[in-house]
Amino acid sequence: MSTVVAPETFAAVAPPPSPLREFWGYFRKNHGAVAGLAIVVAVLLTAVFANVLAPYSPDLTNNAAFLQPPAWQEGGSWAYPLGTDAIGRDILSRLIFGARLSLLMGIAVVALSIVVGIILGLVAGFFRGLTEIFIMRLMDIILTLPSLLLAIVIVAILGPGIMNAMLAVAVVVLPHYVRLTRAAVITETSKDYVTAARANGAGLLRLMFNEVLPNCAAPLIVQASLGVSTAILDAAALGFLGLGAQPPASEWGTMLADAREFVLRAWWVVTFPGLMILITVLAFNLMGDGLRDALDPKLKR
Amino acid sequence: MLRFLLSRVSLVIPTFIGMTLLAFFLIRIVPGDPIETMAGERGIDATRHAALLKEYGLDRPVLVQYGIYIGRVLHGDLGKSMITQEPVMSEFLTLFPATIELAACAIVFALVIGIPAGMIAAVRRNSVFDHGVMGVSLTGYSMPIFWWGLLLILLFSVQLGWTPVSGRIAVRYDVDPVTGFLLIDSLLAGDTGALKSAASHLILPMIVLGTSPLAIIARMTRSAMLEVLGEDYIRTARAKGLSNLRVIALHAFRNALIPVITVIGLQVGVLFTGAILTETIFSWPGVGKWLIEAINRRDYPVLQGGLLMLGVMVMMVNLLVDVMYGIINPRIRRSAS
Repeated sequence: MSTVVAPETFAAVAPPPSPLREFWGYFRKNHGAVAGLAIVVAVLLTAVFANVLAPYSPDLTNNAAFLQPPAWQEGGSWAYPLGTDAIGRDILSRLIFGARLSLLMGIAVVALSIVVGIILGLVAGFFRGLTEIFIMRLMDIILTLPSLLLAIVIVAILGPGIMNAMLAVAVVVLPHYVRLTRAAVITETSKDYVTAARANGAGLLRLMFNEVLPNCAAPLIVQASLGVSTAILDAAALGFLGLGAQPPASEWGTMLADAREFVLRAWWVVTFPGLMILITVLAFNLMGDGLRDALDPKLKR
Repeated sequence: MLRFLLSRVSLVIPTFIGMTLLAFFLIRIVPGDPIETMAGERGIDATRHAALLKEYGLDRPVLVQYGIYIGRVLHGDLGKSMITQEPVMSEFLTLFPATIELAACAIVFALVIGIPAGMIAAVRRNSVFDHGVMGVSLTGYSMPIFWWGLLLILLFSVQLGWTPVSGRIAVRYDVDPVTGFLLIDSLLAGDTGALKSAASHLILPMIVLGTSPLAIIARMTRSAMLEVLGEDYIRTARAKGLSNLRVIALHAFRNALIPVITVIGLQVGVLFTGAILTETIFSWPGVGKWLIEAINRRDYPVLQGGLLMLGVMVMMVNLLVDVMYGIINPRIRRSAS
């Protein structure tokens, strides 16, 4: 009787970690990625609780404090820790509210381009033939044109503003998602489980969204995370050129555009908004790199 | 080889046609009537409106209009600027050398620093230097270059007074435009003062524009070197007793260069994008600044022509890189034909 293995012995063997747990195990080892995630969460919280965190309204002007330097510099005061801009608005408050617009633009651009990109990529991958050629050629053309130039031209035609800037940047980054989805779909559709689903009578939409798409998710997630950083950068660049968010909106790129003429006498109006862009973009890039390493099965072993 | 060339060139044609379609229709998406847009706030009376419609060929069917447009484009006619009435093509050709000079210096700057930095980082993997290079390169890659430019102006022009804030050369110099590249022209003229002035105007924009390519090239060189250094023939070379320097410089580097060349080719689009921002910050008189001004003046023919010309330039460079790749690597040549 002693040769029979008791059921408890099986139970004692640790079950395989859940995919999420396994992913976190890999992700956690990458210190840069964890730091990136922490900063992203911090910026996100800042954006959500801007009302509570900001000492002033972003549009409140103070006639007695034009271009007041930061607190630690001569002439500054702790009433305005990071100083004021040319019409006496608190820079810290504008930066805090700016997190809202910049993150919103970054995330909205990626959401829009990923949805449209997945649909176009699925269509190209499933239908092949002329439809595929048409879609992929169009994407090649978008990729060939310098990205910001195309975005600028689109905004110039639609008119400046946040919505049009987001739309323009979404168009420019679209090809990455279409290409990724299409490539993944073509590899996946030749696999047995798709044939099995097809033999089971699964319809086209079911095949696309229930069977194939979940298996293409990893590269899309990585691209989306890296894409937010590109989107924030491009949206800020459009704002800087006067084509994105319009003054008096507190958006980091627009703040820089306003500050340009004061670069010679007030370093703080120029330095802080750009620093926020850099930190946020860097954080998304660090996080994206970590996601890629954690999700890429080739590197796992 | 000829078949390979032809196959690559034939791939470019549909892209070119697509680009002309895009450029052509973008202008037609502008809300409102084009003649009224051109007239602006002054307005326009009905007879003049009809005459202008006829003059610009806007009363014909769209397909005919496109046919006329593409015919003109193939003859190098991109229309006239609505503001200056100059042909768009000649304006582009006058300003393009300034952009090329800036972009060429930026890519040289990126290569001269990026390739050695990437190589050393790979050879000394996981050293402090390696982590430093990777950190700096990630920062450079995340840098909003319009801010980076302002910071450099703040430090070098305002605080230290080393470099001029904007422009391409001090006004007191008048260099004979032979090539359109001021560095070369002032050398040809033997004017060292002009050369110094041109170089000091160039240095900050060059750094700003070169930062993103530098970051990408350093990262790419590092990972290409790491891959090559793990190959068997490197071990063989070491086993033969070759010096470390020889193994790295001759055996590893040459093979690591192939992916790096591809990345350099891909930087052309990045450079043009960056040039738009860099030229705006430094008032550099190139096509980037010209296009931004065209937007502010609603000068649609300039926008249309500029988009098409820059797109064609990127396309040509990509084609060139493709062909060069085929020349370097026969396997690619054969699989293509």
